[in-house]
Amino acid sequence: MKSDGTNSNARTGETILDMRNVCIEGYGEDGWKTIVEPISFQLKRGEVLGLIGESGAGKSTLGLSAMGFSRGGCRISEGEIFFDGMDLRKASETQLRDLRGARIAYVAQSAAASFNPAYRLLDQFVEAPVLHGVSNARDASQSAVRLYGEMNLPEPETIGFRYPHQVSGGQLQRAMIAMAMSCKPDLIIFDEPTTALDVTTQIQVLIAIRKAIEAANAAAIYVTHDLAVVAQMADRIMVLRHGRLVEEGEARSLLAAPKQEYTRQLLNVRTERKEPAQVDREKDMVLRVRGISARYGKGVRVLENVSVDVARGETVAVVGESGSGKSTLARVITGLLPPYEGEVAFQGEELAGSFAERSKQDLRQLQMIYQMPDVALNPRQRISEILGRPLRFYLGMNQASCRERIDELLREVELPESYAERFPYELSGGEKQRICIARALAAEPRLIICDEVTSALDQLVSEDILKLLNRLQKTLGLSYLFITHDLATVKAVADRIVVMLQGCVVEQGEKDEMLRPPHHEYTELLLSSVPEMDPDWLDRVTADRAASGRLG
Amino acid sequence: MVGQRLLFGAITLLAVSIIIASSVELLPGDVATAILGQAATPETVAALRKQLGLDLPFYQRYGEWLWNFLQGDMGISLTNERPVAPQVGERFANTLLLAALAAAVAVPLSLALGILAAIYRGGWFDKLISSSTLIAISTPEFLVGYIVIAIFAVELGWFPPLATLRHDISFLERIYVMLLPCITLALVVMAHMMRLTRAAIINLLASPYIEMARLKGVGTARLIVYHALPNALSPIITVIVLNLAYLIVGVVVVEVVFVYPGLGQLLVDSVSARNLPVVQASCLIFAGTYVSLNLLADIFSALANPRLRHPR
Repeated sequence: MKSDGTNSNARTGETILDMRNVCIEGYGEDGWKTIVEPISFQLKRGEVLGLIGESGAGKSTLGLSAMGFSRGGCRISEGEIFFDGMDLRKASETQLRDLRGARIAYVAQSAAASFNPAYRLLDQFVEAPVLHGVSNARDASQSAVRLYGEMNLPEPETIGFRYPHQVSGGQLQRAMIAMAMSCKPDLIIFDEPTTALDVTTQIQVLIAIRKAIEAANAAAIYVTHDLAVVAQMADRIMVLRHGRLVEEGEARSLLAAPKQEYTRQLLNVRTERKEPAQVDREKDMVLRVRGISARYGKGVRVLENVSVDVARGETVAVVGESGSGKSTLARVITGLLPPYEGEVAFQGEELAGSFAERSKQDLRQLQMIYQMPDVALNPRQRISEILGRPLRFYLGMNQASCRERIDELLREVELPESYAERFPYELSGGEKQRICIARALAAEPRLIICDEVTSALDQLVSEDILKLLNRLQKTLGLSYLFITHDLATVKAVADRIVVMLQGCVVEQGEKDEMLRPPHHEYTELLLSSVPEMDPDWLDRVTADRAASGRLG
Repeated sequence: MVGQRLLFGAITLLAVSIIIASSVELLPGDVATAILGQAATPETVAALRKQLGLDLPFYQRYGEWLWNFLQGDMGISLTNERPVAPQVGERFANTLLLAALAAAVAVPLSLALGILAAIYRGGWFDKLISSSTLIAISTPEFLVGYIVIAIFAVELGWFPPLATLRHDISFLERIYVMLLPCITLALVVMAHMMRLTRAAIINLLASPYIEMARLKGVGTARLIVYHALPNALSPIITVIVLNLAYLIVGVVVVEVVFVYPGLGQLLVDSVSARNLPVVQASCLIFAGTYVSLNLLADIFSALANPRLRHPR
């Protein structure tokens, strides 16, 4: 059965997907183990189902199973998956291939990784329609141009002739949505389609997805970990945890009155607020960055005349989209990238441009915590070695005092002392990040640069990490330079906010002042792009921006 | 980048020539004793040495050779007193012909088998290919040569056991005579190329864009040939070119086994005769081939990358 292109006339409300007691197993050390417990749901044309949960909840696995597909090491072990009356578990490989891409389409998390780097966008768009006999290459190219236009892509006539690496992440994600629409599918599975994007780009992609679903009168499964995003997209929401259904309901009522404690926790995430630090910004300045300009090699400037101050005991948040130069600023401050203009002063004294020329004391007092705790810890070292190294290197401690201090550090980051003998792979993501914090604390620093420290973590876990950082700051009098693209994080930790755009500081000031209007135009754009739990938020923002002519 | 690499290549060749000259110097005996053989008396040896210029100190002889070489003069063979260049040239042409023939068989075949093994990954075909290539890799090439002779020349009698070339034979006869050494060489290099083709493709099968293609309904064969292969080209090209280099440089043993009049055979003869100018010229040709093919491999694998072909 092929799509005849008339499904926009098909009856809305007709059940297209019927999953009955679907159970999925994964292969691990001790054989096959259930990773998604029996679950049932139905999906009608025009309806969007949101699957939400933290990493490991089984939401992507469940989403893929609606295509009769399971990733390597997984299998659908029980149940029935009826798509338009056909049981996908009993279908042959050929029957499944005929459905995939034609009647059921998939939109992946990272478009940059999911487009084949060897082919132009248009070649990849045309592939499915031609393969499934829906249309010939020429007609498919024409519909590509039309869909690229509908997705608000620049130069829809020619963008298809570009290779994936020649297009930005947000545009690529929209090109992938257009590609999913190429055969006018009846069911589309969106697997975290905006997770890798900046908020300002995310909003455009969300609008594009809505348009796509409406235009095709298709059913959709929207997989995400972000409740605020799913609130905009879904008619119905299923909350998953550890492969089990926690709660299910119509989107508005579930958001308004969650029945389960876990759903409430997800809803209440991002409520941490820092008590404002009492600092003397005249006298007690820890870090003073003045007029920094920097570039990589002989390339274009990535930082242009950047000045930032951090006082003792305060948190300065640097926010901006990817490519705004925030991480480069951290590299300049730590001496990894010497600037060619401007100076960095630490506690009143100018620092050498390169870390190689700085004293051990300077290095010790300025520590860093990274985005990916997985790769920031040496997988072959025990926690005791990881924490012991700065103690011996910076503070010259002997074996006995090292042991004592490691125990103390572990207690400080709320981990049991027994963890000292473990290897990083025996820890969860949040625990690893705690070890990274403990490693920074081991050097007894004045200033810690936190580079996107919570963006690789689940929301509940990152909330705990932010709480821990706030508590440590209060007890130890630390200063933080907090680099992030997430404004919710900023609200939770910052005293001051620095907004960066294309290597320049756009605006900076006290948090409360910055969050209160009037804003700089770009700050306004950033702030208004952060999704809210209110299901009407996207409509409101779209309307506002359409009114002021600032969309696209 | 290319200019820099060419400079490094030239330096490599210079280093190779010094190493070869001094290694030959370190070997017991010299060309004079080798020529005179049984007739060597201290007086005759000394006279011959003087005549050949061997009584001069090592650095002086090397410097003179280098000076002449840079002007395009490869010198005179010490044993038959004819110019080195035409002798070496003729032999090198023979070696190139053998290598080209072996490559023409081995490269397409190993690519195709590697791709098939990737498509039928885990099946009996894949397992058969994997185990047979393992055997081919672990068998020394001279043994492969003798086994090939035993089967095709001795048992079946299809081909002559020796690949000696007479001057009056036609091109087709020539190819026929060369088939056995060609098969031997192909067997030796195919295993590498095929295993790497298979591995490079399979390595990519876990990438998100392959999963995406699968979810678009693309079948296995197209998945591998159209979606995975172009992205696996860079390592495959590298291993192909390195194996081409091996076909030219590594043939020494195979040429000796089949008594094929290639450059490798000449090199072996010249070393036992301590005929330094010929040894130098042959080794420099081998080294030059290696250096330039390596450079070629890097250029081609860079060209296989769409990011470099189509900059932003």
